[in-house]
Amino acid sequence: MLIKIKKRSDAEEYEITPQSLFEQRRRFIKKVGGLSLAAATLSLPPSALAALNINPYSKDVDGDRDELTAYKHITSYNNFYEFNTDKQSPAKLAGSLKTDPWSVTVEGECAKPGVYALEDLAKPHKFEERIYRLRCVEAWSMVVPWIGFPLADLVKQLEPTSRAKYVEFTTLFDPEQMPGQNRNVLDWPYVEGLRMDEAMNPLTMMAVGLYGEVLPNQNGAPLRLVVPWKYGFKSIKSIVKIRFSETQPQTTWNLSGPKEYGFFANVNPEIDHPRWSQARERRLGEYRKRKTQMFNGYAEEVAQLYRGMDLKRNY
Amino acid sequence: MSLSWYLSWVAKPILFVTCLIPALLLGYDAYTDALGANPVEAIEHTTGGWALRFLMITLAVSPLAIIFKAKWLNRFRRMLGLYVFFYACLHFAAYIILDQYFDWAEIYKDVIKRPYITVGFTAFVLLIPLAITSLNKLVELMGKPRWLKLHQLVYVCAVLAVLHFLWLVKADVLEPAIYGGVLIVLLVFRVWQRRMVVDKAKSTGHNLGHHTASQSK
Repeated sequence: MLIKIKKRSDAEEYEITPQSLFEQRRRFIKKVGGLSLAAATLSLPPSALAALNINPYSKDVDGDRDELTAYKHITSYNNFYEFNTDKQSPAKLAGSLKTDPWSVTVEGECAKPGVYALEDLAKPHKFEERIYRLRCVEAWSMVVPWIGFPLADLVKQLEPTSRAKYVEFTTLFDPEQMPGQNRNVLDWPYVEGLRMDEAMNPLTMMAVGLYGEVLPNQNGAPLRLVVPWKYGFKSIKSIVKIRFSETQPQTTWNLSGPKEYGFFANVNPEIDHPRWSQARERRLGEYRKRKTQMFNGYAEEVAQLYRGMDLKRNY
Repeated sequence: MSLSWYLSWVAKPILFVTCLIPALLLGYDAYTDALGANPVEAIEHTTGGWALRFLMITLAVSPLAIIFKAKWLNRFRRMLGLYVFFYACLHFAAYIILDQYFDWAEIYKDVIKRPYITVGFTAFVLLIPLAITSLNKLVELMGKPRWLKLHQLVYVCAVLAVLHFLWLVKADVLEPAIYGGVLIVLLVFRVWQRRMVVDKAKSTGHNLGHHTASQSK
């Protein structure tokens, strides 16, 4: 007999999503899941599901309940330095990004390297909706209903060799489409990476949509990583390259500020950023700060990945 | 009507209202829920930005008065300086009330542990005596030389305010660097100006000395 044991960190969808919305989304996922991504893009004008842009939950100031962050906040407050370093500009500038057609280069320690059309990477996998907390290293956070598939499924599809210890992801580099890349604020292109066991963890996902809608460009369309127990900068956007490697990838923020941004970047309220506290966070749409949780509340699922590691050193 | 009359009854009221516009717009945006996804941050950034801008504008007044030989410009300096304090107060209040919600333990930790908050807090505290002593009565009471000496603190405030901004950004230092550049220009102008005055005094002083020497003969 299969007994599903609820984990403390599981977001109970019935607590979060009103029924009508929930059912509408289920219909959408069924629809998209069956179709190729390109077809889904065509059949879904971005505004079609914008009607879901409602936040029907009453505010609960004292408790630390999770509610979905409003669609307008998720899509108008973005750290996407490829467009601009302020948070409002990506939503205004990201229209210049062409996400169709989109191809992803797969290389390194795997049996199936090559240049893949996005459809061929996404189609074999079952899409699902996952409601995750996202905690930015800047001490704000949100709750996002992502649509995507487990990264583990994609990794299996690409058949990494036994030498593959890490997965490295690269964002598109094209200053014409991404005007922020004309300034050397960071060392472009943006690179992020995960240890193989982190990549294979069931929580780690590749997202192609949010709020039942195809991913808006400013949120990292058409394909992004979502690693909910790590600071947001690990969840790299608009991925064009996946590389399996034996050595730890050189990641962008780690190169930019090695003392401030580690390779692991696990959410940890006890280890402050050198310049500010990580003990609390402000949920978008709320005024009062709330306590930040260890591993962003996903300790039960991921703490074992770091057993025996000194988290103070491996920040 | 004299220039003085115009300055007092036309130019100053217009300036007073103009300087209030950023605060009014911010209030309007807050009222209409137009501050975006992170209103606390928006309020902190807007008020802090205007405090810094008014600080630069205030420090630009006397160089402009010298360059354009328009001494009357100096009559706006006090009001502009008080607007620095006004926006700094809003910024400080936003931090204490909206950001930290009177969590004094957290605030204390921030001020002690976070260099960008330490310098920002210091800059704000240093502004307080400058704002208080802007009253005519107090200028008289202190005596002009002592008053001038005290108000040299504004340069310390300006340097700390730019550092406060510089140390809080993540990677894009362009904006704080621009304020830093403007501040350097304003400070260099003063050093240069002082040297000119000293040189002038020296040369006239030298002549004077020569004169007395010849007289004593």
